[in-house]
Amino acid sequence: MTLVLFGTCLVCSAILGAVYGITKDPIAAAAAAEARAAIAEVLPEGGEISEAKTAEIDGVKYEYYEEYGGGQTVGYAVKSSTAGFGGTLSLMVGVLPDGTIFNTKVLSHSETPGLGAKCTSDKKFMGQWYGFNKDGNLTVKKDGGDVDAITASTITSRAYALAVAQARKLVKTLDPDATTGASLIKNKEN
Amino acid sequence: MANKLSLITNGLLKENPTFVLVLGMCPTLATTTSAMNGMEMGLATLFVLVLSNIVVSLVAPIVPDKVHIPVYIVIIATFVTVLQLLMQAFVPDIYRTLGLFIPLIVVNCIILGRAEAFASKHNWLESALDGIGIGIGFTLSLTVIGIVREILGSGSVFGWKFIPGDGILAFVMAPGAFMVLGYLMVLFNKLAKKK
Repeated sequence: MTLVLFGTCLVCSAILGAVYGITKDPIAAAAAAEARAAIAEVLPEGGEISEAKTAEIDGVKYEYYEEYGGGQTVGYAVKSSTAGFGGTLSLMVGVLPDGTIFNTKVLSHSETPGLGAKCTSDKKFMGQWYGFNKDGNLTVKKDGGDVDAITASTITSRAYALAVAQARKLVKTLDPDATTGASLIKNKEN
Repeated sequence: MANKLSLITNGLLKENPTFVLVLGMCPTLATTTSAMNGMEMGLATLFVLVLSNIVVSLVAPIVPDKVHIPVYIVIIATFVTVLQLLMQAFVPDIYRTLGLFIPLIVVNCIILGRAEAFASKHNWLESALDGIGIGIGFTLSLTVIGIVREILGSGSVFGWKFIPGDGILAFVMAPGAFMVLGYLMVLFNKLAKKK
């Protein structure tokens, strides 16, 4: 009896060990590719992206990546998380050195399907981040800011705006005198 | 041959895991928010079910009664973990949608149920066919529930949108899962009884 159980466990752990060994590298590669894709999506094209760096503001540590092009920094991608409606809302926020927002991408969320989850599909909501003014007020219009909220999802929209605001604040402390930014935003609609 | 074929159709109709045996309700309710999610979950379960059925039928004669449940669970958990690692490595997109529910296949009563009720008493070929039958039955049931929920909730099928607008939100969320499952179960059993 003990022998059978022992044998089963032994064989099974050997199989698991082997599969783990085979899949370890592809899994790491897939995770890295995903992270790189998210960073590339929120930053201007063509630059070279640094390794992960960390910085701290208001007692919270942030992971960020710097993009270089032509000998200077052209943008930052900041990983920023806030409490959404259904759980943590985690974003990758691309910010140009002067504080202009370049683009944002949701890394993970647990918002309500059909309501808050639209933060990953609502074109109007997602489109407004591209070129968001460096001095714009990053709170929803209901609270007196400049962010168009998703209909019926004010809490998600607030959390999203706050995450973007955190990322912008971080970039402004990293690079307080920078002026590059707004000129990189082309053909912004409306 | 007819006997072998009936092993497969058995899982589709007479012992359909979802609508007749009513097993494995947790993944059924949770992953059928769209047709695609339901189908992927069904296929993942099919994979584990076939392999665990084969192995259980092979080891059953040497496993003493007292420890058969722990042995089966270890075998099932091994296949689930293998599947999880493979999905994470080679189809990370699917893994992201199903992530949480893959480990839950271990405790899916369909799998342990088939190991106990069928595979431990039959040879490996019959057990494999039973696994395929039940697995396809489960996959089709989940896909159908997913299709209905996706049409009503998002106005689309397999991501192809044909009704503009938002759809009825409740059907994408948990209450809709219960409603759709309930009505489909009534419909299935009514049609099955007629035959």
